[in-house]
Amino acid sequence: MRYARDVAIVAFAQTAHRRSSQDVSETEMLLPVLREVLDRAGLAPGEPGFTCSGSSDYLAGRPFSFTMTLDGVGAWPPVAESHVEMDGAWALHEAWVELLTGAADTALVYAYGKSSAGDLGAVLTRQLDPYYTAPLWPGPVDLAALQAQALIDAGETDEQALADIAARSRTAARANPHARLRGPVPMGDHVAGPLRTGDCPPVSDGAAALVLAAGDTARRMCERPAWIRGMDHRTDPQGLGLRDLTDAPSARLAAEHAGAFDAPVDTAEIHAPFTAQEVILRKALRLGDDVSVNPSGGALAADPVMATGLIRFGEAAVRVHRGESDRALAHATSGPCLQQNLVGVLEGESR
Amino acid sequence: MSEILTAPLVVEFPFTRSLGPVQSAFLTGLRERVVLGVRTTDGRVLVPPVEYDPRTADEIRELVEVGATGTVTTWAWNPAPRPRQPLATPFAWVLVTLDGADTALLHALDAPGPDAVRTGMRVRVRWAAERTGAITDIACFEPHESGGAGPATPHTGVFADPVTGITTPARLDYTYAPGRAQSRHLAALARHTTIGERCPACRRVYVPPRGACPTCGVATGEQVEVGPRGTVTTYCVVNIKARNAAIDVPYVYAHIALDGADLALHGRIAGIPCDQVRMGLRVEPVWTEGARHPDHYRPTGEPDAAYDTYKELL
Repeated sequence: MRYARDVAIVAFAQTAHRRSSQDVSETEMLLPVLREVLDRAGLAPGEPGFTCSGSSDYLAGRPFSFTMTLDGVGAWPPVAESHVEMDGAWALHEAWVELLTGAADTALVYAYGKSSAGDLGAVLTRQLDPYYTAPLWPGPVDLAALQAQALIDAGETDEQALADIAARSRTAARANPHARLRGPVPMGDHVAGPLRTGDCPPVSDGAAALVLAAGDTARRMCERPAWIRGMDHRTDPQGLGLRDLTDAPSARLAAEHAGAFDAPVDTAEIHAPFTAQEVILRKALRLGDDVSVNPSGGALAADPVMATGLIRFGEAAVRVHRGESDRALAHATSGPCLQQNLVGVLEGESR
Repeated sequence: MSEILTAPLVVEFPFTRSLGPVQSAFLTGLRERVVLGVRTTDGRVLVPPVEYDPRTADEIRELVEVGATGTVTTWAWNPAPRPRQPLATPFAWVLVTLDGADTALLHALDAPGPDAVRTGMRVRVRWAAERTGAITDIACFEPHESGGAGPATPHTGVFADPVTGITTPARLDYTYAPGRAQSRHLAALARHTTIGERCPACRRVYVPPRGACPTCGVATGEQVEVGPRGTVTTYCVVNIKARNAAIDVPYVYAHIALDGADLALHGRIAGIPCDQVRMGLRVEPVWTEGARHPDHYRPTGEPDAAYDTYKELL
């Protein structure tokens, strides 16, 4: 599919993700990242034509918590701004559409989360079906474990293969100064069998931001822009028992509509917080052994909830910027057991 | 660096939700120890039932009764149950396809350990002693060897006194951390002084400070003591008592620009009849022993401030 304009990710920045950042407010955590990404793009605060953010009031424990972090973007006098109560990857999608319409030439997209403020396992139960599921309070690891067991029962993986995914991810993260787990960690005990500590993401506090720009503006801001060739998001039914948990049809459909299957990718940054989910996503997204999957370490190396998906786009874009990738897939997920999926395709121009 | 403050924060909300006709029949059925499903237009039986077919978006209303016995389709051992989960002792989360159903229901399985659980095992519903019309009317599942019950049978879904809504209490516990700027501000208030922070770009002083200048989008770092005196920029008379508020009505709630601040803060005005409070009134804080905030502000007796001195702070 051809779009009316070419839009690219031209700059990316993220925090060094930490277990807890109680010493700073969300705004204070985010400000250095905003400054860094705007500097890279050569923009002043308040200058982007559109601003869109992703975060969750349930993580912060406060209503309209995103209005506080708006202080950090120079939002007064009022700027054109929007917010999604979702991972920042969905804010990126909104900003991309905004630029495609021609309403703006540049956009600032950011996301942040301080999971340390609350009990993430309890918080995430509140996104579940409120009639039949949420009253039972199953946590994210519990539900991911049901999915992992289904995958093992189907003969598609085993505990050793999952441990190998964990080790490969965290070994890759040695080259990622922002990651929390940089190098393999012991697999540990079952948190929710069959998933062990090592199969689970290191829940983190952190923030990330990127700048989008259209056409020649992008070329001015970045030597090798990461052009967004397509992006799409889809969702599977909410009821866990209505789905085949060993598959992610919505991820496959999003990839198809994003054009991911039109040509091979060399790199994929996928949002798989739990090891078994990488097995499902590799299948759904048709990622062969020749594709470099999660060279950043992925969510298994750092999981600043609400920013983790956006970071996949940033990490993929940076590899295009550096000339390490010519065509990369970026993926973000939301909801339990890969319920909702967003896929984008980034390309660098030939050198 | 000064002490970083934290405080416990509890968010509790009893969500009251109305039920559609299919959900109402299903949850009322649980109260009556009957498990209902709904048949889709292509003949599948969904348990737990939904109001619309996720494949076709058809409105589906054909109710059927399924068995209270079924088969585990996947499971996860939960060695450390958390508050409000179905069982307080270690249990297995299970997806169970009940006999006669084509989809699976999430619940807990009471089993002695993970070695006693496997995909494909047969289980049955253990009903809660007290049932109200909620998913928790199923206390849990328990292992039960039995042959499959028959196919789903038609059911009217009609019960006496149907439940039409559920109330689901929720509680989340947080540790609120206000960060550097607000911690410094609160620490100063404890010493009965008010500090703001100055923007390095536009030089405005924000009170209370939140760490960033919303105009310039840059960090504020320089602390500036402001007040203690200030000017009422605008106000209202509160005539309706808020629940749990210790203050009698009527009282005056005002925006007060402390001397040296470029942002007005909120405060209560006392020591003057309500109908004599006015814009431009000069006030000062009144502290009470051990308090982290001024209790209220009272008139200083100075002449009123000229409008031009505070018109940008309204």
